[in-house]
Amino acid sequence: MATVAEAGTRDVSPAKRAMLLTALYIAQEQHGWLTPQALDRVARRFDMTPGQVYATASFYTLFKLAPQGRYRIQVCEGLSCYLVGGAEPVIAQVGRQLDLRPGETSPDGRFTLEVVECLASCGTAPALRINDELYEHMTPEKIDRLLADLVAKT
Amino acid sequence: MYEPILTRNIGVADSEKIATYLARGGYEATRVALTQHTPAELIDMVKRAGLRGRGGAGFPAGTKWGFMPVDPALPKIVAVNTDEGEPGTFKDRALVERDPHQVIEGVIIAAYAVGANRAYVYIRGEFFLGVKRWIKAIADAYERGFLGRDILGSGFDLDLSVHRGAGAYICGEETAMLESLEGKPGNPRLKPPYPAQRGLFGLPTLVHNVETLACIPHIVLRGPAWFAGIGTRQSTGPKIFCVSGHVNRPGNYELPLGTPLREIIEGHAGGMSGGRKLKAVIPGGASTPVLTADQIDTPMAFETLAAAGSALGTGAIIVMDETTCMVEAARRLTRFFAHESCGRCVPCRVGSQRLYETLDRIECGKGRPGDIDLALQIAQAVDGTTFCPMGGALANPARSTIERFRGEYEYHIAHRQCAMQTGRATAIVHRLSSGRSVRGQNFNRRRRP
Ligand SMILES: Cc1cc2nc3c(=O)[nH]c(=O)nc-3n(C[C@H](O)[C@H](O)[C@H](O)COP(=O)(O)O)c2cc1C
Ligand code: SF4
Ligand code: FES
Repeated sequence: MATVAEAGTRDVSPAKRAMLLTALYIAQEQHGWLTPQALDRVARRFDMTPGQVYATASFYTLFKLAPQGRYRIQVCEGLSCYLVGGAEPVIAQVGRQLDLRPGETSPDGRFTLEVVECLASCGTAPALRINDELYEHMTPEKIDRLLADLVAKT
Repeated sequence: MYEPILTRNIGVADSEKIATYLARGGYEATRVALTQHTPAELIDMVKRAGLRGRGGAGFPAGTKWGFMPVDPALPKIVAVNTDEGEPGTFKDRALVERDPHQVIEGVIIAAYAVGANRAYVYIRGEFFLGVKRWIKAIADAYERGFLGRDILGSGFDLDLSVHRGAGAYICGEETAMLESLEGKPGNPRLKPPYPAQRGLFGLPTLVHNVETLACIPHIVLRGPAWFAGIGTRQSTGPKIFCVSGHVNRPGNYELPLGTPLREIIEGHAGGMSGGRKLKAVIPGGASTPVLTADQIDTPMAFETLAAAGSALGTGAIIVMDETTCMVEAARRLTRFFAHESCGRCVPCRVGSQRLYETLDRIECGKGRPGDIDLALQIAQAVDGTTFCPMGGALANPARSTIERFRGEYEYHIAHRQCAMQTGRATAIVHRLSSGRSVRGQNFNRRRRP
């Protein structure tokens, strides 16, 4: 019969577990989201159950549990952005131009429109981000051009 | 004229590079601290400087250093909080992107003072450039012998590494940050024990905000008396104020603590945009109570803002002019807290959503008589009854705007529309509310016992 102490040793070593978020980032790189297979793989690597890994992954909004567009457009809806004409008007403009509603990915897998809270660019608001790139001081004209370029590029 | 201290390198070409930093006198503080001072002396210096935490709570840094156990056999840790996510706040991002070595010096000196040989940076997952800058700066510091074994021949070892968060505001709360660093969901821990007793991996851990650490090298070089001479008696030293909203020149302004709000808004930030009149100011980030226009002469210090019924928080000043709907401002901030509740305890998880729904109803012209009191009751019920300080934070936008702008709430309910932009915001809110599926999902994602 397993003693409590032995059961305890089944826990992952703390230092190893501390690498879990990093491992999830790496696992996510391949397909742009955490596929069930990727979660299983990470779980095996860490001697954890897939459920334990899922519990951590699902807590964080940057870990995606569904397919994402190649270009993820994140529009800030925070107060500072809203005050200077950002937030909903920008969300609406991007949504109109790409035919997306917040949270949706285009059927061709090119774009995802996401609404986020504060990109820590409140002093250069309105702000939005496309993948790793931050765009500040947005105006309707700048957004038009940005999206046109993006559509042309893809 | 005030000479910038923390931001003195920002604006210099290649300010993030170690060569630039060294050319401007960088790492001299580390040398002085490690070769000319004992750890006890450094703790005493920080105490005498009166430095208080810049991460929101304003706890005296020297006192916190003193809480760390002195037993040399016990491994200790320093954790750097770069999770900056409080709406309105954008100072830590600037410090890390533009002058990371200044913060690294703060880490080295703090670690030496408390006897920690291991330090971790926890950085917000969204800060792509910040992550890159941290990694590069740390690598360069290792290469020059400022990190690693036997730093500058002092016999002191320190390892520093970067861990990325992954999109959860609550991980800025220090115990949630430690959970996240351990690879777990970011649910806060019950305090006590405080991190100084049992922190990361159960080891004594000193947690500091980036801006707090950036002050340390200057205290070492110029002395505690110099630092304590800046600001007010209870709020010493420089502070970066993040100004956003309806001003002509939003941005980061480094000034002495105690600088009047008026001087910051009308002077440094260039006054109100469009020449409109000031209506309200949130002085310290999303979680601090709103101030009214007639409180604009309040000095930006811990004690004076507390006396004015608000808080210094992170020093993030959100300026709102006469056209701003206060119900909408509160609704938006409350939505933020509802999204970011970690879901661990009922008052915060349920209260934040009920509060948001109530404000949303009022803003959208569907408010019922009694909704204002309902909102106040919910705010009251979550404040002080939650596991972590999030409860008090999320109560503030609704409660303070109702207390100070109750007439606007009443107008919404009586006239079924907004007095300010007469439905401009509401129309948009209506159109989009059905499509807010992303954050809607997040409401559920973090809900767990
Ligand atoms: C909900 C919540 C969010 C927080 N977010 C941050 C943050 O993003 N950055 C930060 O430095 N401190 C944050 N704090 C404060 C930390 O818990 C902690 O007090 C701080 O990092 C200590 O550093 P300091 O003493 O240098 O201020 C937050 C606190 C709470 C309750
Ligand atoms: S108060 Fe909110 S954020 Fe803090 S532990 Fe409870 S649910 Fe989580
Ligand atoms: S509110 Fe939009 S970046 Fe902060």
